[in-house]
Amino acid sequence: MDDTQFEARIEAGESIEPKDWMPERYRKQLIRMMSQHAHSEVVGMLPEGNWITRAPSLRRKIGLLSKVQDEGGHGLYLYAATETLGVSRDELIEALLDGSAKYSAMFNYPTPSWADIGAIGWLIDGAAIVNQTMLTDCSYGPYKRAMIRICKEENAHQRQGYEIVTTLARGTETQRRMAQEAVDRWYWPALTLFGPHDADSKNSDELTRWGIKRKSNDELRQWFMNRVVPQAKAIGIEFPDPGLHYDETSGDWRHGPIDWDEFRRVLAGSGPCNRDRIEARRSAHEDGAWVREAAAAYEAKRRERAA
Amino acid sequence: MSETAEWPLWEVFVQAKEGAAHQHAGSVRAADRELALQHARDTYARRPPVFSLWVVPSEAIVASAGRDREELFDPADDKVYRHPQFYRVPRGVRGP
Ligand SMILES: [Fe+2]
Ligand SMILES: [Fe+2]
Repeated sequence: MDDTQFEARIEAGESIEPKDWMPERYRKQLIRMMSQHAHSEVVGMLPEGNWITRAPSLRRKIGLLSKVQDEGGHGLYLYAATETLGVSRDELIEALLDGSAKYSAMFNYPTPSWADIGAIGWLIDGAAIVNQTMLTDCSYGPYKRAMIRICKEENAHQRQGYEIVTTLARGTETQRRMAQEAVDRWYWPALTLFGPHDADSKNSDELTRWGIKRKSNDELRQWFMNRVVPQAKAIGIEFPDPGLHYDETSGDWRHGPIDWDEFRRVLAGSGPCNRDRIEARRSAHEDGAWVREAAAAYEAKRRERAA
Repeated sequence: MSETAEWPLWEVFVQAKEGAAHQHAGSVRAADRELALQHARDTYARRPPVFSLWVVPSEAIVASAGRDREELFDPADDKVYRHPQFYRVPRGVRGP
């Protein structure tokens, strides 16, 4: 097997499985992309977990609790899928804890009000679904299968978020303002979630050629815009985007220019909560060490007895 | 940070309803079989339909390598006598 034969397999729409031959670059790109995705699911639990104990009702609390649990599960599906490429789970976790791993820049923004939970579910999970739906058709089998599981669960997250924002938007004036301010905070991060514009994306060509990505960043971003703008209008919420307009000829909702410098700054680790997030992960990992040790000791003892 | 070795890997199989075949869902890492089952439940059975779960140590699974595909499965292609259409039935008879 060589590169040409491999590309023929991709061309034919075959699913690449862990034991199949693959170019080293393909493996590297997948490890980079999938581990980043796994870390984002895990770190994403932190800004939301922050609100579980303060959810305004039991209905909201069970909803949020189960969403956060799902995100932990998504992290696990993805770590397991990444491991099939020959990296160990320990290496992946280690990279997250020592701060060398990248994850979605959004999670470095704070969640100062309950309305942020609504805006995150609606806009961030909503943007993630668009991306993940595309990946259910990805050429790497384990990644594709993890995405199919994840997508089945994400829709509940987005609807939960939209319901929260809707309820606030239809509430008192203070509540409406809370909803609007949260949307003001999350609109631009949601748009950056799709990554740089096609013209500036250094990984895109390769990822598309290998069937990892089936749509470009800008196409996905446009698809997302067309979905969320009418949703916002339906509940009287505005996006903080003076350039937002309807393109009569193409029938698309167009966004204004994105501030990429801000995005890169947050991604590089100078976001408001970057240090907190990693600290929280690290202490959760250390606080749980005794559980891992006890489980290992228990199994060692059982084996000893059985021997 | 502790120096405990990485937990072993388990493959998880989910039976969606009574009488159905178990299907591979994914994998988990766990120190022992009970915990593997717990983790499998938390990870792969948060929503129905799930009737039962199996966890199997990954190292116990023997798989055909992708590249064996042709040698292993191609010969089945010309065994037409394994299919019902191979056998003739008198005209007008229905059923068999
Ligand atoms: Fe998720
Ligand atoms: Fe989600």
